[in-house]
Amino acid sequence: MSTREQILAAVRTALKDAPAVPDIPRKYRLDGEADAQQRIDVLVDRLEDYKAGVTVVDEDAVPATIRDLLAGAGSYVVPAGLDPAWLAWETDTSRIRYDGGAHGARSVTELDATDAVVTASAVTVAESGTIILDGSPDQGRRAISLIPDHHVCVVRSRDVTAILPEALRRLDGTKPLTMISGPSATSDIELERVEGVHGPRRLDVVIIR
Amino acid sequence: MSRTPIGMPGLRPGIGNLFAEEKFPSAARRELGNSQLRKNLKHATSTIRAKRLAVTGELPDWEELREAGSALKTSVMARLPELLEAFEANVTARGGTVHWARDADEANAIIHGLVTAQGVDEVVKVKSMATQEIGMNEYLEERGISAFETDLAELIVQLGHDKPSHILVPAIHKNRTEVRDIFLQEMPGVDPGLTDEPRRLAMAARAHLRAKFLTAKVAVSGANFGIADSGTLGVVESEGNGRMCLTLPETLITVMGIEKLLPTFSDLEVFLQLLPRSSTGERMNPYTSLWTGVTEGDGPSNFHVILLDNGRTNALADEMGRSALHCIRCSACINVCPVYERAGGHAYGSTYPGPIGAILSPLMTGIEAEENGSLPYASSLCGACYDACPVKINIPDILVHLRGKDVDAHRGGLPSELDVGLKAASWALSGGRRLAAVEKLLPLGRAAAGRDKKIKKLPGLAAGWTQSRDIPAPPAQSFRDWWAKEHKRP
Repeated sequence: MSTREQILAAVRTALKDAPAVPDIPRKYRLDGEADAQQRIDVLVDRLEDYKAGVTVVDEDAVPATIRDLLAGAGSYVVPAGLDPAWLAWETDTSRIRYDGGAHGARSVTELDATDAVVTASAVTVAESGTIILDGSPDQGRRAISLIPDHHVCVVRSRDVTAILPEALRRLDGTKPLTMISGPSATSDIELERVEGVHGPRRLDVVIIR
Repeated sequence: MSRTPIGMPGLRPGIGNLFAEEKFPSAARRELGNSQLRKNLKHATSTIRAKRLAVTGELPDWEELREAGSALKTSVMARLPELLEAFEANVTARGGTVHWARDADEANAIIHGLVTAQGVDEVVKVKSMATQEIGMNEYLEERGISAFETDLAELIVQLGHDKPSHILVPAIHKNRTEVRDIFLQEMPGVDPGLTDEPRRLAMAARAHLRAKFLTAKVAVSGANFGIADSGTLGVVESEGNGRMCLTLPETLITVMGIEKLLPTFSDLEVFLQLLPRSSTGERMNPYTSLWTGVTEGDGPSNFHVILLDNGRTNALADEMGRSALHCIRCSACINVCPVYERAGGHAYGSTYPGPIGAILSPLMTGIEAEENGSLPYASSLCGACYDACPVKINIPDILVHLRGKDVDAHRGGLPSELDVGLKAASWALSGGRRLAAVEKLLPLGRAAAGRDKKIKKLPGLAAGWTQSRDIPAPPAQSFRDWWAKEHKRP
């Protein structure tokens, strides 16, 4: 008998009393009640609590906002599918490092030498301040939003749900998913939270109304 | 090492770092002598308790989430064979390789084989209870492979040549100044002017590990969840060290206990609310990574998951105790436990300390293994752990159940002092005449109490009772005597 079969047999032996499979009482909230404005207000509050930078702007102000946020960056990486209009202001295109698609993949060393990253996002949960990336072309592979120390992340208000169950229903669970709730942090010393460890130490969220 | 004889064929007890090598009371007594430890624990656990209550209190449906979490885990245990098979099929279909390990030794051997196949002599690690339980670092170390802990607390423990003492924050027993001293002594190239400010300490860890992350070829992780119907795995973390390990190396090896499964992806809507709020007291932890097999062009191209038994089927076979396997390793029970807060995690010996460890370790190893039979007594049965548990594991009931098993395990052979005492009590209390005969001895007790009418020291087993309290002298007359005199027929 293979190890696999031995373990499965052991599980069956352990369950020889045939315990009942209970119904799952899903009496918790499956949908939130907040309207669009409330969702954005809650999201801003949560992100600020996590010490992320937050800007709420109209669609046409997105490029200028991104420009200002990247003012101190010598270089930044963007996924191949990012809306080009968001970077239309860039006069020094040597600052931009495209990743993915026809541009191919940047090496880890190259990403480590890049100051910032700009991505879009898939879905965001207002209640917990959680932005979810799913690797779509405007978000790119996971490494690009991890290695640079500054992440500028654009969230569209139509992608903001009030609570987590709504957000998970909008996702394909088999894509590589990254849930981000603020900049990297740790509570490992005396259980007090401090921001900024291995992931991006600066997170700026641009919310489009 | 003593091994529990198992009643059911095919079940084998867990091995590895699951044992109290010393009886809990004597280990606890030693740890209690460390006042710095008690100060650190009190500070850390009271901080986290306040945070947890704030974020669980703000959810209107917290109790409903706990109900659902509990039912989901009960359902997973009942359906475990089919869910394991589905999980395996889905991981395999998406380009991953599934391995099965009956115990710690088998899991370590598989990991060792996979690492050497890549021709490397070091791996980076995401914090993982499973790899701690199987003693993977030591196993690899003995075979010339270095495993680098990347979680801050695990790094503190590893650099300090110490042992973890908490599920969530393995270095909870160290305060900031002690952490600084470890870094100054053990971290190569550290800034000698390092202060004990937590932010500075975190920065030192970042600088220390950066090159490791960027060059590592193999990473080892645990998993918080495995989704049966998609083969998806999830790791919940804070620092980004998890994302580094799960994303950058070419080879990823994930060790997961067989009880970590959830039936469907949507069940995460329950657990991703319960877990962060119960563990770090945050609305959500900074980072959660979910991945399914191998994704072309994104992350490791060589992915292995090891399904670990190591005594879990042993625990599953105990109908009263199997719900201990519902544990999602949040550590809420540990943070509210008055015994843990004073004794600390090292007193439990096992990788799993606190209330959950006091039931999980003996369930996985068998109650007779080493000194694990002493762990279910490491509790005042106050029930705070049950109240705090996000999946409503009735820890006090299981503690009592395991105390019963411990007593049963010691039946036969020479009767103990306790056996003799209980036998005597049973004889005396089973009839009025017998009790009356015993009561004739009351004056003896009065004599022993002396002038201040207090018995200060009892002999033998009963000495434990008088260690911290006096017993008032028995009355001159028993109630029965008094009654008989008052109601004497004229």
